[in-house]
Amino acid sequence: MNAPSFETIAAVEIVLRQEPIAAPPKAAKQVRRLGLDPPARFGWLLGPALLVFYWGVLSATGWLDPRILPAPWTAVSTGIDLIREGRLQENLLVSAARASSGLVFGAAAGVALALVSGLSPMGGYLIDGVVQIKRGVPILALIPFMVLWFGIGEVMKVTVIAITVFFPVYIHTHSALRAIDIKQVELAETLGLSRLDFLRQVALGATLPGLLLGLRFGVTAAWLALVVVEQLNATSGIGYMVTLARNYAQSDVMLVGLVVYAALGLASDGAVRLLERRVLSWRRTLAR
Amino acid sequence: MIPQTNIVSPPVVSIRGLTRRYTLKGVLNGVDLDIRRGEFVALLGRSGSGKSTLLRALAGLDHEAEGQGQIVRPDRVAVVFQDARLLPWKRALDNVTLGTTGPDRRRRGIEALAEVELSGREQAWPHELSGGEQQRVALARALIRGPELLLADEPFGALDALTRIRMHALLGKLSRAHAPAVLLVTHDVDEAIALAHRAIVLEDGHLAADVPIALPQGPRRGEAAAALRGRFLSLLGVEAAA
Repeated sequence: MNAPSFETIAAVEIVLRQEPIAAPPKAAKQVRRLGLDPPARFGWLLGPALLVFYWGVLSATGWLDPRILPAPWTAVSTGIDLIREGRLQENLLVSAARASSGLVFGAAAGVALALVSGLSPMGGYLIDGVVQIKRGVPILALIPFMVLWFGIGEVMKVTVIAITVFFPVYIHTHSALRAIDIKQVELAETLGLSRLDFLRQVALGATLPGLLLGLRFGVTAAWLALVVVEQLNATSGIGYMVTLARNYAQSDVMLVGLVVYAALGLASDGAVRLLERRVLSWRRTLAR
Repeated sequence: MIPQTNIVSPPVVSIRGLTRRYTLKGVLNGVDLDIRRGEFVALLGRSGSGKSTLLRALAGLDHEAEGQGQIVRPDRVAVVFQDARLLPWKRALDNVTLGTTGPDRRRRGIEALAEVELSGREQAWPHELSGGEQQRVALARALIRGPELLLADEPFGALDALTRIRMHALLGKLSRAHAPAVLLVTHDVDEAIALAHRAIVLEDGHLAADVPIALPQGPRRGEAAAALRGRFLSLLGVEAAA
């Protein structure tokens, strides 16, 4: 028999128990912490700050040709010029209006259809299959048809953005709905909740984390779609500004456009995250 | 002693020839059961004996089960599950008042929480409460509905021994104060003796025994309780040490 006898196990146990008492407290074996340390307030800025720093160093030392990538301070001064001329605000406003109306339509449709297909079998049969098939087609491949159906005006642009937003919102909301714990459904039944109350008090609470996750993906997708549609025969917007600058080889204006996209993306993602923290304050998770 | 009214009042729960079949688990074979107003009945049985199936049938949660039989149950039925089943996104008070209506629902919720000794914790999130506290919120959620029948499915099974003793005292107090008919599913013989007027034992889907627990209120010890304990344990297939 190779297995340790009962006496051996007992002896080991005694030794283990004695260890913390016998050894000085410093040497006592610490429990490994698997949860994360509480995050520093602006810790996430460290990486981006370093990146800008390297960029600045390369530009200042002449390693980086300004025709390839202008220096960070050129971007700032060009940005200030563009604001003085009023071009930046004007184009930004147009772009933001496109993106946000696409976002609103897409997210609303995503949540509504997810509710129908998530909470009724017939809705699921009708809607979910179509959505899954459509998922296989990249949205950008649909643009020729969109142009054919909706022309090259604002309707086409907002529609493309809305469709891009729709998918992540629908998919995450739908899977969160389908993942509602059956125990919570039983509870709602024993409490005699009406269908509407079940939706508002139980389903909404259970679905909100998924919905907000979908919305975060949706917001990112909205900016992506915006970039694409604004390069299609647009006459205004940040994308138009960048396309125009490309034609005149104004790399500094192109850079400003890029920075604006980054700022917009970050700001909107931050807004959804803030919303998430407010709405989901009941949760206790690894990252808090 | 069982109150005199129990003998004359009509039963609030009446089950006749109840049969239930699930594809995977839980079988009931012709169960007959009456529970009178204000009567506290403990339902004992080994695991797989059909305890939970009977309770789920009474709670109306057995949509997918096949079977026959007749169930008469009151309109106001409340269920307490083994897990507290609080909605984590609602504060304690909102969990208690969930599904209630009326302008005074908030006040009634605060009163119900006070009854389970949780005054001041109305705004706590469920994850901030201990297991015993969560189960007390679940009890308050059941009480606020003024149930005529309270169904409890091993409500204290997940609690530590000390908390369980306190919960026994609380449930005893509340059931005397509100006098609903109670069906308490448990595998704990001592819990049944401590709380119930009557204990029924399920075995392989039929009632194997129906035993009145005619002991005075308060701590139930002594020879009579010990004899009952031995009898229940042997009904459950455990030979108790004398």
